Amino acid sequence: MEAILVPFLQATIRTATPLAFAALGEQVAERAGVIFLGLEGAIIAGCLGALVASGLAGPVAGFAGGIGAGMLLTAVFALFVVRLRTDQIIAGTAVTMLGLGLTGALYRGLFGTGGAALGTPTVAPIALPGLSQIPVMGPTLFHQPLPTYGLYLLVPALAWWIRRTHAGLALRATGEHAEAAAAAGIAPARVRLAALAFTGAMGGLCGATLVLAQVGTFSEGMSAGRGFIAIAIVVLGRWSVWGTAGASLLFGGAFALQYLFQAAGLALPYQLFTAFPYVLTLLLLALQRGRSAAPAELGRS
Amino acid sequence: MTDALLALLDGAFGSSYAILSATLVRATPLLLLGLAVTLAFRAGVLNIGAEGQLIVGAIAASAVALGLDALPRPVLVAAMAVAGAAAGASWAGIAAVLRRRFGVLEVISTIMLNFIALALVGWMVRGPLQEPTHVYPQSPTFASQAHWPFLIPGQRLHLGFALGIGLAIGAWAWLAFTASGLRVRLVGAGARAAASAGGIDVARTTFGMFLLSGALAGLAGASEVGGVTFALYEGLSPGYGYTAIAVALLARLDPRWVIASAILFGALEAGAAAMQRDAGVPSVVVQVFVALTVLVVLAATQLGAESRARAAIARAEEA
Repeated sequence: MEAILVPFLQATIRTATPLAFAALGEQVAERAGVIFLGLEGAIIAGCLGALVASGLAGPVAGFAGGIGAGMLLTAVFALFVVRLRTDQIIAGTAVTMLGLGLTGALYRGLFGTGGAALGTPTVAPIALPGLSQIPVMGPTLFHQPLPTYGLYLLVPALAWWIRRTHAGLALRATGEHAEAAAAAGIAPARVRLAALAFTGAMGGLCGATLVLAQVGTFSEGMSAGRGFIAIAIVVLGRWSVWGTAGASLLFGGAFALQYLFQAAGLALPYQLFTAFPYVLTLLLLALQRGRSAAPAELGRS
Repeated sequence: MTDALLALLDGAFGSSYAILSATLVRATPLLLLGLAVTLAFRAGVLNIGAEGQLIVGAIAASAVALGLDALPRPVLVAAMAVAGAAAGASWAGIAAVLRRRFGVLEVISTIMLNFIALALVGWMVRGPLQEPTHVYPQSPTFASQAHWPFLIPGQRLHLGFALGIGLAIGAWAWLAFTASGLRVRLVGAGARAAASAGGIDVARTTFGMFLLSGALAGLAGASEVGGVTFALYEGLSPGYGYTAIAVALLARLDPRWVIASAILFGALEAGAAAMQRDAGVPSVVVQVFVALTVLVVLAATQLGAESRARAAIARAEEA
């Protein structure tokens, strides 16, 4: 049993990590009243940014490059939505298209039209001394690459920050009632810009984690809908940090199921597993019913 | 740079073949999908799922083309169109039901359905609909009765384009001159006012428009397999469903202008293919151009609305 369970749980955490980064980033934007459908674009920008930067100056630069690329693309969205006050859904969709197109064109431009797979070394999992010896939990939770440990710190820190700090209050006030927030001396536009800067960074970090801690290369469209799943995760997590983290784990499990079924040797078409996380999203969203927990200003430009 | 641009223009408009067998052929799915997006957006339905609806339409039309190839050609072609439209409407129907009964945002659900449709076609061309040798991930080539008729001898322009033009004009006339078209416009302009002042059943109207939008996208899928590829493939659409959003927005959601806008983007797709072939510039730059078009239209619309509002305020203050 443990021989199946441990790889499954390990894969769950590994797959959940980038999803959680993206979803936590999206959650912060949405708490400020901005729905960011360009997240998918920020993720793929992060993937390419990480590959290029790590090729130039190593893995640390790789993560920085991914984060920077995600923020850069998100800045386009922020300009349109915060400054020009255009429709959020359409601007977000366009930014996703821009990200997917630009990365594809740049990748072929930089590395040839053949798109020959260009590898980058991935960061190795680190076993935390002591903790990684605990049966089942040790190897799953505490034998992971660095970004996962970053996530373990980020979740409680973000939850505390949103709930307990003045800046967190400003964020929530902007998302619930921008006019009242403005009357109280908060500048909603600045809050939203700051929130989107964080969202872009997290989208980029999601992409960097995919490339530098998992796949080790770039391919066109490798974000594979993670940005949209992350948006669904925020809804399922009912706009709370811990809820979002939990829903990310659930989806990590849904993706990891394919490894489990492959190991079990079930003769089912693999497309069934490819489609599974997306079907699960629809089912869970339907079960959730209603959007009562959504920030009141969400989607209003 | 100049080479690339010349290759693009030549590939799109350089000859009657370029226009009638490349540009307008590529414009055909964009026309049908652009209409699908236009009608949905006009009713306030954010259908981002035209891509998935196209794919299931193509699957259904292919199943009909392969399974009923004993039918006479006109009947078979019509059956393919109906099957494609029905499949597209059903696929959109999932998202429509999720929105109406469960309050699920259609933006998320239609995108999820796009990914599920991709998995579905991937399985179809390796499973139930795979060609008999089981080597290639594609369906067998359709019998000639299932080929949609070409409009001009010697050119690849097919029935789907004529259908698209007819439907665009029909959609415009319907929105402009009929009571039900007026209801759709009112719902799109402001759902709450339409319900309270106009007594309109908003949920029912948007539900119907969602299905209609899906049917048009499914028809585009049928038209692609029936008029262009004559077989079902996985990579049937290079993201036509997403380009269609730009087509619809550039046309300012006016079905008549969707025709011109679809031809423009069709020329771009055709030209980009030639550009990749002749000048080695990757055709994904089209996607960048599409995204930039959407952003520019968005900014121009917004700035235009703001300057009109400022002018109105200035006039009011003078008076």
